[in-house]
Order: sequence, then structure tokens, then C-alpha cells
Amino acid sequence: MSVFSIEVGLAILGLLLLVLEAFVPTIARRTLAGISMGGVLLALLLFIFANKDAAMLPEFVRPFHQFDTLALFYKGFALVITLIVLWLTSECAPYLTKYTVDGRVSEMFSLPLIVCAGMMWMASAKDMVTVFVALELVTVSFYVLVAYARKSALALEAGVKYLILGALSTGVLVYGIAWIYGATGSLTFDGIAKALASPATAKMPVLLGAAFLLAGLGFKVAAAPFQMWVPDVYQGAPIPVTTFLSVGSKAAGFVVLTRVVNSFLGDGSIIAPEIQGLLLVGGSLTVLLGSLPAMFQQSVKRLLAYSSISHAGYLLLALACRDSARMDLNSGGVVAFYLATYLPMTVLGFLVLAILRVNGGGEDIRDFRGLAKKSPLLALVMTVALASLAGLPLTAGFMGKLFVFLGLVDHSYWGALACAVIGAAAGFYYYFKTILAIYSSEVGCPENLSLSVFSKAGAVLLAVAIVVLGVFPRPLQALLDSASAPVASAE
Amino acid sequence: MSLLEIVILLPLIAALAIWLGAPTRATSVGTAILNLLIVLSLVVQFKSASAGKAGFAFESARVVLENPAISFGVGADGVALILALLTTLVTLAAVWQISPEKPALYHIASLLIAGGALGAFLCTDIFFIYAFHELALIPTFLMIALHGHGDSDHRKAVAWKITIYLGAGSLVLLAGLAWLVLEYSGGGKLTFDLNALRAQAAATPLPVDKQGMIFFVLLLGFGTLVSLFPLHSWAAPAYATAPTPVAMLHSGVLKKFGLYGLLRIAMPLLPQGVQVPWVHQALLYMLIGNILVMGFVTINQKRLDDLLANSSVMHMGYIFLGLAAGTEIALRGAVLLMFAHGISIALLFSLVGRLRSQLGTLELSKLGGLGGHAPTFTVLFAFGAFASIGLPGLANFAGEVMVFIGSFTKFGTTEFGMLQWSVVIGLWGVVMSAVYMLRAYRSIFHGTAASGLFMTDTSFSQRVPLILLAATLLIVGCCPWLLLGLIKTDLAAGIATAAH
Repeated sequence: MSVFSIEVGLAILGLLLLVLEAFVPTIARRTLAGISMGGVLLALLLFIFANKDAAMLPEFVRPFHQFDTLALFYKGFALVITLIVLWLTSECAPYLTKYTVDGRVSEMFSLPLIVCAGMMWMASAKDMVTVFVALELVTVSFYVLVAYARKSALALEAGVKYLILGALSTGVLVYGIAWIYGATGSLTFDGIAKALASPATAKMPVLLGAAFLLAGLGFKVAAAPFQMWVPDVYQGAPIPVTTFLSVGSKAAGFVVLTRVVNSFLGDGSIIAPEIQGLLLVGGSLTVLLGSLPAMFQQSVKRLLAYSSISHAGYLLLALACRDSARMDLNSGGVVAFYLATYLPMTVLGFLVLAILRVNGGGEDIRDFRGLAKKSPLLALVMTVALASLAGLPLTAGFMGKLFVFLGLVDHSYWGALACAVIGAAAGFYYYFKTILAIYSSEVGCPENLSLSVFSKAGAVLLAVAIVVLGVFPRPLQALLDSASAPVASAE
Repeated sequence: MSLLEIVILLPLIAALAIWLGAPTRATSVGTAILNLLIVLSLVVQFKSASAGKAGFAFESARVVLENPAISFGVGADGVALILALLTTLVTLAAVWQISPEKPALYHIASLLIAGGALGAFLCTDIFFIYAFHELALIPTFLMIALHGHGDSDHRKAVAWKITIYLGAGSLVLLAGLAWLVLEYSGGGKLTFDLNALRAQAAATPLPVDKQGMIFFVLLLGFGTLVSLFPLHSWAAPAYATAPTPVAMLHSGVLKKFGLYGLLRIAMPLLPQGVQVPWVHQALLYMLIGNILVMGFVTINQKRLDDLLANSSVMHMGYIFLGLAAGTEIALRGAVLLMFAHGISIALLFSLVGRLRSQLGTLELSKLGGLGGHAPTFTVLFAFGAFASIGLPGLANFAGEVMVFIGSFTKFGTTEFGMLQWSVVIGLWGVVMSAVYMLRAYRSIFHGTAASGLFMTDTSFSQRVPLILLAATLLIVGCCPWLLLGLIKTDLAAGIATAAH
């Protein structure tokens, strides 16, 4: 069984579920949820035990499918986050149905499968066309998911914003690809890297194309100055979809960015300094524009949205730091490592938010007041998640930040380092503000919190994962070493 | 599992157990006693364990990441053991005095701060040294914001101030440590292990001016955590506002982390860093600020808690003076003073907590004549206050006198320079300490009590931890070699040889 057939299988299952739901309207929500979660779980198990030899791929996909450690990691990542999102959806269904047409949530169990297939495909992309098609598969599904809770005005606003800006960014992305193709005569990452290494390539057209391409991708990963949509869309979308956007969509964007940047910054690339500068300035701006406005948020959902922006900034800064003689850490590996630590903490934050929501609570910081009294368990896991998002040591979040700091110091990027320090210090403020609310003596959270066994187990598992990865990150060593070396030099 | 690992993890496990519903007081006091006994046994074993080898004793390491090399390595030398002993003594006193009606968070926070401090002192890997120190950030923040003294707005403001200051300070520190580690990375592989870094520093020393720059960044980072002037303004309000156990642990123990870091990381790895003229000058100006400016500020305080909090900032100046001098006597004096100051300030804050809960006010002008009400209390307070002034026979004196002599002896090899002037100013600082401490002592315990002012003396059970602290001050003051004998290696080796 090859990994490729798992992806195809997932997409087919997603389509089948859509059809099933259309022709059997009476089908129970639980059945749908069960089928889709079972399908992803099966896919995950198959993936873990699948033969990961590139030779197993069908002949016809080999030309546009690469199969390195990084690709495998992001495929696994996509499966895990999809499974989590489906589970979150079924947990949130009781309150979500209030806002959906006819109280249905069925598409929310089928579309994530298609998104997952798209993200898995994207992880293996070797050329711009694959990137574009896979990216669109993901984005178009998200257009539906974001606006799914149609009876809520916020969700409609989010849907419209995401649709318009998403479509615009897609246009920009294609435009960039076209310019790059025109200038380098190639659509594959290898080909582009090779063309960029030759002095004969015209610099300005490539730069123009690269700028458009990075702008289009910048929108997908919420990089400044294309981050405006994030708070509104994250706030309006249903919590499972927000989680999916914040973790899945971001990871998908970063795997593409890693590949693109690797080909732009390959050995002898004529545009390396400009791209490096763009990444540094963009990353620093993103950190600041994420963390400074976050200080003034009252809604935890918006706060997590801004936090997600600032994390995108750290990831961009990580991409800008290439490995050096002093530190042989690959930037692609650091980004993958950062995302692996980012998953549990972000999911845990949204999970606690969802649990409060299901129990009739709100999404503001004041709705977290007194949580420590009502549910010490939730209070503790949320504290762990927030501490990790703030980047406190002994949590997973610190490890990622440490590598970013090391990279910036290594290359003497003092300006970017100053921005990273300011962003992290601001982070202490807004994450701790929420922690303070949790332990305050006034009560604003729901009086009676009923937690399903699954929620409890999931929350504890995620919190343990955060602490374990923060103290003992060795299991992720392979990821950190994953040699997705600059493409040109690998040839 | 090695004993050192147990010492570090025990308070953390106890904190988790209390959160899960274990009996609060029994668990935390039991843990504190057990930890103190383990550390005492380590002190006894230390002589044989460290015989005939340089570096750390009781070493063990678990690799947590291969590249960059990070391991949970523990080990102790004399300095680490002295500070571990300080931590366990103060922890016992701090959790002992928490009254039964206080919420469990008091015990959890105290244990987390203690565990973090022990981890920071006993680890041999820079990653974990740094990481453990940060463990105190959230508990301190929550305790001051939720259970501090004063009205809600005031304590929240103070909690934010200490959190942002220490958070930003530790980020600067992180950048400095990253720089340090990168400069010593051999062949592209980063390591955070102190032993490996020391070997690297000895084999291929960095250029002197680069040492100076990195040292200065570390000085700013560590200095913020120790309330080095002018990065000190978080400290006094935080200690005056914090609940008693947090004030005891933070000012007595945790604050020493910055000094320990300079002594353990910055000075051995950047042996010439502190001697680079502009760094040296800057450090001297800052520590004179601690002694002179904070001395005057302290004299001017009208409340006992503010007075103690400011005095605690002021006394850091002496320890910095010892580090700045860099002679063997001064460095040993600085270590001794770290221990002595920790014990004496913890004793004083514990007594102040009791005064506050009994009298409801700490305004010096409203207090008076309490010596007659509570003789034992008065005697214990006198121990703390006199130790803090530097009365011979108590531990602080031994430390201060060593720092002053050790710093002054440089005169002769160098001209009468800034360092010597700092000693002169430092001596005046002792006079200032005497002024404010004696004045406070007089106005609280002597004279006639104001009408309605009454307090009961400490009960026997309350006295136990306080007597423990006071006795420590006396024993160490009379026999400082008991502690100093633990420091086997030459602290000044490599530092004093720097060109000046």
C-alpha cells in the first residue's frame, strides 16, 4: 500500500460522504462523524505502517511527487490535525447546529477529508502547478467551512472576507508563478533553483514573480502585511474550522514556503539577498503586528488569532536563517519542528474554548474567570497551553522559539532579534492576562461544566504532549535533522 | 535516579500532588524537610565525592536532544551546594509559616519556586539552568496578583511589573546565552553542556572585545533578575506586595539566580569579559547605584515592608562588588554573602508577614513598644536586622568583610581606582544599613506602644523555622569555613589573569 493511495482514498471517501449525505438526508450525525473519523484514523494507521519507499509510488505520479522526510512529516501532520478537527466538530456539534441551516453539520464531516487530501498532496509538491492545484483544493473547501454557521452574522462576515481576499491572493499567486515561469522557463522547484543559479537569468522579472508568489503564500500563512483577514475570519468561523485554519492551513502554507524558499535561496541564487531581506522584514513585521494588537484583545478567540499571526512571524524568521558553519540546523527542519510543537498548544487552547462554548460560555477573557474553581483540570491544561504559546521553558513552545533565537543570533540579524524579543515580551502580557482571569476569584465561566470523557482525555493528552516535548524533545530529532537540503545542491 | 535529580523533582511532584488533592500542609512541609535532609547528606558526602577531581560531583546526565546537544545534566560543586542548602532552608521556613486557612495555591507556588531554584542551581546544562529559573514566573505572577497585599489594582500593577521586567530580562538573557553558545560551537554542533563549553573556552578563548560584549549582554540579562541598578525598579514593590512565602523565596533564593549565573556561566566562559575596561566601569557604576542610591531610598522609607524590600535591592550591590573584583577572597565572600543575605532577608520577611497579619499596619510611625509584648519575636527580628547590617558574629559580616578586603587588595597591583572607591562607598553603605535598620528596630520594639497596638508572641511551633534561620546566621557567622570549605576549586582561576 503506497502513501499515495491513502491520499486518493481520503479524497474519494470525502466525496462519497458528500453524496451519501445528499441522497440519504436522514442519516444520523453520529454515523457520518463515525465514518469520517474512522476513515481518517484508518488512513493514519495505514500511513504509519505503509511502505515509505519512493519506489512504491505509481509510475505516473513520480514526476511531480517528492517523498522526503519533510513531505512525510507534513502528510502525517495533516492526518493528525484532520482527525482532531473532526473530533472537535463532533464535540462542538450541539452548539454549532444552532447556527447552521436546518441544524445540519454534515458537510463539516466530509469537507475536512478533502482538505486533508489536498494538504497531503501539497506536502509532496515538486512544482508550482501541483502547489497551485493542491492549494486551491484546500482553500476552496475552506471557503465553505468558514461560512458554514450561516445564521451567525460574524460567520457570514468571515466567509465573505475569506472568499474575497482568498480569491485575490490566488490571483496574485498565479501571476507570480507566471512571471517566474517566464523568467526561468521552469515550473519545478529544481528547475527554478538551477535557473536562478545561472547569471544569465534576468533578475528583475524573477524578483517581481517571487514578490507576487510570496505575497500570495503570505496570505495563506497570515504573514504581514497580508494578515488583516485573520482576526475577523478566525473569530467568525466555527471553532473546529478556526483550529483547522490556524494549524492545518498554516502548516500547508509553510511546507510550500519551505520548498519555494529553498529553491529561491539555493547555492548561488541571484535573488538570495533580496528574498532573505523580504523574509526578515516580513517576519519581523508579522511578529510585531501579531503580538502588539493582541495585547488589546478582549476575546480569547481573537487573541488566539493574533497569536497565530505572531507565530507565523517566528516561522518566517526561522525560514530566513539558513544553516551555517556554527549551527547545522536546517531551516526547513526548524520550521517543521516548530509546527509540531505548535499543534498541541494551539489545539489545546481551542479545545478548552470549545468546551466552554458547548457549556454555554462565551469567548471573551472575562468568560474564563474563575475557571480554576469550576474545573481545576481545564484550568491547569489551559495554563499549560498558554505558557507554551508564550514560549515559557519546559514547554514545547519554548523549543521552537529557542531555535529561532539561535538562528537570528547566529546570523547577527539584530533588528529581527529585537522584534522577536519585543513580540515575546508582549506575549507574556496577553497570555498571562488570560491565565490571571482563569485563577481570579470572580466567576464568569459557566456554572456547570460537563466534560465528556473524550474531552478530558484529549485535553490531558495534549497537555502532557506539550510538557514532554518541552522537556524531552528527542523524539522530534529526526525532524530537526530532516535534510531537505537546498534543491540545487542536491542535484 | 540520582539524589540531585530527586532534590529537584521532589518539590515539583509535591506541587502536582497537592493540586491533585494531597493534604496541603503535610505534603509541602514534609517535602521541604525531606529535601533539606537530602541536601545536608549531600553536603556531608561532598568531601569524599569530590575528592581528587575537578568540576562537579554527583554528576549524571540524560540526553534530551542530540543536535543541538541538550541534556538534563545535574551536578554540584561547592557553590551549587551552598545555594541548594540556602534554598531548602528558606523553603522549609516559607512553607512552614503558611497558615492553614490559606488556599492550596500558596503551597503549590512555593514548591514550584523552590523546585525551579533548585533546578537552576543544580543543573549543569545551560538549557535547563535557564529553563528551571523561568518556572517561577507564573506562580509569582499569580500569587502577587491574586493574594498580594494592598488593593486589587495595586497588586495587579505590581504583578505585571515584575512579570514584564523579568520576562523581558530573561529574553535578553536568552539572546546573550544563545550568542555565547554559538561562539563556542565546535564544528557546527551546538552544545549547552557547561563542562563541554568550559573545555572549549579553555582551548579556544574568544577575542577579548567579543568576550566583553557578550558579558555585557549577559550582565543586563542576569542583572535584571538580581535587580542591578538601574534595572531594579520591579523588585522593591514586588517584595513589599508579595504574600510572605513568595517574598521570602523570591528575595531570599530566586534572586540569587542572576548572581549565580554570572559566577557559574558568564565568568568562567568569558574569563576576560568582566575585565574589559568599559564593561568593568559600567558594572562598577551600576553597583554603586545599588549601594548609594538605593541606600538613600531605603533610609527614606516609611513602611517596614518597603524598607526591607529596598534594603534587599541595596545589598545586591555588595555581591556585585565581589564579582567585579574577581579576586579569590572577594568571590568567596560574594558566595557567602549570597547565602547570608538569603537567610537574613527570608527571616525578616517571615517576621514582617506576622507583624502585618497581627497589627494590620507596617507604618513605622504607628508602631512602637512591641518589645515588651513579644520578646522572642523581638530577639528573632534583632538577629535578622543585625545580620543585615553586618554585625560581626552573624553570617553577613563574614561575607561583607571578605568582599571588601578582597576587592581592596587589588590596590597595589593597580592604582587606587574605581574599584577601590567602590569599596569606600560600600563601607558607607554599611553605615546607611545601620541607620535604617536600627531606626526601624527602635521605632517598632522600643518606646511605649501606641494605644490599641498589641501583638502576641510567636508560639513554639511558629518559632521552629525562624530559630532554624537565626541559628544558621549565627553558626555560619562564627564558623564561615563550614560553608567556604565546600568550595574546592579556585573560583578566580582564569579570571584574575586577565590583562587590566
